[in-house]
Amino acid sequence: MNEQQIERYSRHIILKEVGGKGQQKLFDGRVLIIGAGGLGAPIALYLAAAGVGTIGIADADDVDLSNLQRQVIHFTPDIGKPKVESAKEKMIAINPDVNVITYKEWVSAENINRIIADYDFVIDGTDNFAAKFLINDACVLAGKPYSHGGILQFDGQTLTVKPGESACYRCLFPEPPPKDAVPTCSQAGVIGVLPGVLGTIQATEAIKFLLGKGELLTNRLLTYNALRMKFREIPIKRRATCPLCGDHPTITEVKDELDAMTVCDLKES
Amino acid sequence: MTITINGKETAIPENPDRTIDSLLEELDVSQRLYVTVELNGEILDRTEYETAPVNEGDVIEFLYFMGGGA
Repeated sequence: MNEQQIERYSRHIILKEVGGKGQQKLFDGRVLIIGAGGLGAPIALYLAAAGVGTIGIADADDVDLSNLQRQVIHFTPDIGKPKVESAKEKMIAINPDVNVITYKEWVSAENINRIIADYDFVIDGTDNFAAKFLINDACVLAGKPYSHGGILQFDGQTLTVKPGESACYRCLFPEPPPKDAVPTCSQAGVIGVLPGVLGTIQATEAIKFLLGKGELLTNRLLTYNALRMKFREIPIKRRATCPLCGDHPTITEVKDELDAMTVCDLKES
Repeated sequence: MTITINGKETAIPENPDRTIDSLLEELDVSQRLYVTVELNGEILDRTEYETAPVNEGDVIEFLYFMGGGA
């Protein structure tokens, strides 16, 4: 580390759980963020600021005026720009040491294995069930640890998955709900600060994973309600009947959950 | 009888025939057709909802789908 880096990361380095060695682990770390929206925004900013050496960010969308109420990595002059480009500019501006790799594409069964392959840890910041189940399946099948996050209105939930060791998303929810059975944020709304809370927790998990410190949010679902300002932790277990990581899995390769895709996904893909 | 639902103690009328499925209907639980139910620490398979009885002191968690993120 040069003098400027020692200064930049000084508040990390004085932590006994981080130190110079831990900071080096962050530099050497590779984290993929899928979704450069509400959850992805604080995740990308904090991971860049923390000095995570390689950060991938995947999203096919462009910045829209209606994003700016919560997607704090995108600014008003960015409207119309690809979200991954807008995000990359801010990440590099915060920390020029960071290598940001952009994927201007939606994840699908066709590309997800290639995209996640080079990363140590994956973060789900997507806004639809098709992508959430796909990310879970791909990460579990590839043995790649990842953080799940979901938000709606004033509620959020997050879970970290260590494949083969802890419960996966399908242990909780074996299959996606039918299309349009559960509202999305664009239909039902979301309070702008909510993804800031959840995304920051997801970024914390990635950093702890890279440092090898603390206890990950595995085998417990953390739920948050902003209106009542309540966090709850629900202990969960791997399920023998899980179709993906159970005793007799029926899912052995990634597939697109076509029934869970919204009209919007289909139009975009 | 008293059960705990999502961390909250809840009084419900005595009913020896009550199952998880009938409880979901009785409480008009949102996402009723898709909600995941954890009963005393064990996530139930959906096929068990119609037969799993609800007993005094049960700790029940309803786990809801949350698909947002953008």
